[in-house]
Amino acid sequence: MWRFIGLRSLQAIPVILAVITVTFFLVRAAPGGPFSSEKAVSPQVQAALEAQYRLDQPPLQQYISYLTDLVQGNMGPSFYYPGRSVDELIFQGLPITAELGLYALLIAVIIGSFAGVIAALKPNTIQDYVPMSIAMVGICMPSFLLGPVLVLVFGIMLDWLPVSGWGNSYGDKVLPSITLGAMYAAYIARLSRSGMLEVMSQDYLRTARAKGLPEYVVILKHALRGGLLPVISYLGPAFAALLSGSFVVETIFQIPGLGRFYVQAAFNRDYTMILGTTVFLSTLIVVFNLLSDIAAAWVNPRLRYQFKK
Amino acid sequence: MTPTSMQVFFKMKLSRALIPALLLSLFLISCGGGNNESRVITGNQQGVLHLGNGTEPQGIDPHIVTGVPEHHIIGALFEGLVTKNPYTLEPEPGVAESWDISEDGRVYTFQLRDNARWSNGDPVVAEDFRWSWERALTPELGSLYNYMFFPILNAEGFATGAIDDFSEVGVKVLGERTLEVTLREPTPFLLQLFDHYSTYPVHPPTVLAFGSPTDRFSQWSREGNIVTNGAFTLTQWQVNSHIRVEKSPYYWDADEVKLNAIVFYPTENIVTEERMFRDEQIHFTNEVALDKVPVYRSEQPELLEIASYLGTYYYLINTTREPFDDVRVRKALSMAIDRDLLVETILENLYLPSYALVPPGTLGYEPPETFTYDPEQARQLLAEAGYSGGENFPSFDILYNTQENHQKIAVAIQQMWMETLGVSATPMNQEWKVYLDSTDNFNYSISRRGWIGDYVDPNTFLDMMITDGGNNKTGFSDSRYDQLILRDAPATLDQQERFKLYQEAETILMNAMPVIPIYTYQSKHLKHPSLKGMPPNIMDYYNWKYVYLDASQ
Repeated sequence: MWRFIGLRSLQAIPVILAVITVTFFLVRAAPGGPFSSEKAVSPQVQAALEAQYRLDQPPLQQYISYLTDLVQGNMGPSFYYPGRSVDELIFQGLPITAELGLYALLIAVIIGSFAGVIAALKPNTIQDYVPMSIAMVGICMPSFLLGPVLVLVFGIMLDWLPVSGWGNSYGDKVLPSITLGAMYAAYIARLSRSGMLEVMSQDYLRTARAKGLPEYVVILKHALRGGLLPVISYLGPAFAALLSGSFVVETIFQIPGLGRFYVQAAFNRDYTMILGTTVFLSTLIVVFNLLSDIAAAWVNPRLRYQFKK
Repeated sequence: MTPTSMQVFFKMKLSRALIPALLLSLFLISCGGGNNESRVITGNQQGVLHLGNGTEPQGIDPHIVTGVPEHHIIGALFEGLVTKNPYTLEPEPGVAESWDISEDGRVYTFQLRDNARWSNGDPVVAEDFRWSWERALTPELGSLYNYMFFPILNAEGFATGAIDDFSEVGVKVLGERTLEVTLREPTPFLLQLFDHYSTYPVHPPTVLAFGSPTDRFSQWSREGNIVTNGAFTLTQWQVNSHIRVEKSPYYWDADEVKLNAIVFYPTENIVTEERMFRDEQIHFTNEVALDKVPVYRSEQPELLEIASYLGTYYYLINTTREPFDDVRVRKALSMAIDRDLLVETILENLYLPSYALVPPGTLGYEPPETFTYDPEQARQLLAEAGYSGGENFPSFDILYNTQENHQKIAVAIQQMWMETLGVSATPMNQEWKVYLDSTDNFNYSISRRGWIGDYVDPNTFLDMMITDGGNNKTGFSDSRYDQLILRDAPATLDQQERFKLYQEAETILMNAMPVIPIYTYQSKHLKHPSLKGMPPNIMDYYNWKYVYLDASQ
């Protein structure tokens, strides 16, 4: 097991290095620079700005100094926000996005696996069709539609919840969490349904039933463990996706999270910020994939056996 | 259930269920339920204005930033030599209590008031201005707005590095509270430049305490560090969430300041901003989506505030490219656009059709009328240029930055050109920075552009089009035009005489037609009835000193 973890961690290093290298040169190859604007920039000003942000050096030298700084944990100054460092901006947005992602994931897991298991118990009946149709709608419904609809109903018509903000007024975290979680809940519902269906036909469940165990013990103790495996391996990537994919929800609800920085940085050609957020999020994705592999191995004895070999 | 399976069930269930249960309760606690309080109502009781402010400000260092959202915040935190009256837009005393202008209009002597103070209690002195302006003009800082100082003698030379010694620049401290400014040419709109934030003073000891004055990474303007001289001080700055400023007790005119605090919210999503307004989270929106305008007009017109805005929406023509190097082609394209129809069908009857680069309302200047919508003459001009009925006319692109309204306009104009002239154009969108790059490098035929004036004078529009001007981008060059804009008009003291020169210049410009004016912008906001003292004006300028909240509304 330890050897497996060690090997997988080593594999992550070239992946992240490749991400840094490709992003570094790609942003510089994109047309338009960080300082171009509708107002003309005089050549002197342009030169002064490039000197302050080290853009007057050859690209390879910029790349090496960026890597040197990065190893020391310094992602450099933001090109767009003078006086702010990329580290500062990322760590300001991260807790908010993580909190939002956690609530969304929680909603997704609880609602999703519940609906999936219910559906799998009586496949191809009304008990299956209703939750699965809702899940299908949920997957198809984009958050830029669901968010405003929820806001319209609960924020403006019923006036129960605030329409925007995060931690500024009472209850403003509810609607964004639901909006972000809905799609994942739907996905988890489908995953857990197919996982459960597969497990339900296995021999060991027939054995459990033959032993005379009541149905709910068979399901909760024997079937769930195997049936929710696909959900568990999905959790890691899902959380990483929630962290990097919350941009739309953050924009709809004016939430000061990481997602907005990520997208705005690209529009602003904020080179260091694009690099910083990309490197940071790709590291997170690699780490979460690793964690969910480990979790899957821990839950599934068959996988564990393979690693031992 | 057998005892063993019960135990297993509970053991498994409890430990695994505990974490999600804890998290869920955390969620519920932090979310709560209950009623949704209205920030507008509490704000009215406490004198706190809540306001949508466009994008997150890049920063609040007046010599570095360039945007409108930044302007609103900096205007609350700092004060220049003069300010503007929000009703008339005429200059009003700011830090300078009075000023004298020499007979030839070239020397301004400002008398600073005794009671002007920084937010740490230090007096605001003439040397603070001289020091700040030297900082703003130092080439290493890379200030994008340094051209605002260029009417001052030798300021341009210092900014471009031709002059090293700032004492050669026309700024002199004559006494602790006396500042003398010498100009290159008498510049009748000079006072307007001195209420622009790029000329505001910064507190030298504070800037120096956080490093070199020209260091863009300096922390001096951050919450807790910054020292300001305006009506408000910075108390809270949470990036992408809000900025809060509170009334400064040190401000010289603090008795006249009616608000206790202003909270600025970044609202780059104008749909969300409108929902925030409807939910009474903000008093005032920075924008209104064009498609919401008819809804408010018919249902709640009292909330909608629309006013003329000092900005023109126009198309650039690349005059270095065939067949657009022929003035007859350019005129034909311009005359074939039915601007009234465009405004009526696409622009919700909101914007005004425009036939000149300078928008109306610049303190007395009347833009010349050189052409009208004339399909007959447009066809004739095109035929004279050798493209009768659009025959042999090469197809070209209409470039615009990705945005729905720009697209609608481009499609409509494409159709008008096809129907009237028989020429075939293709609307082409590019992401903002790519679009800027294409236009900068003359890699376009026709390109969409907008320009908002920096100050209320035709010069802020017309000086764009001088030969090789940074914002010209069309290849237009005319020596008489350059002479009028660069030398004759700035040297003319009489306002009417000067405006005549600008009219002559604009006539030259419109006869050459390197730009196709399309419409004049309008500012549009949603405004809560309790918000007073914030009149609409052509600059969309707010003077926070005048603003108050009437809780009875």
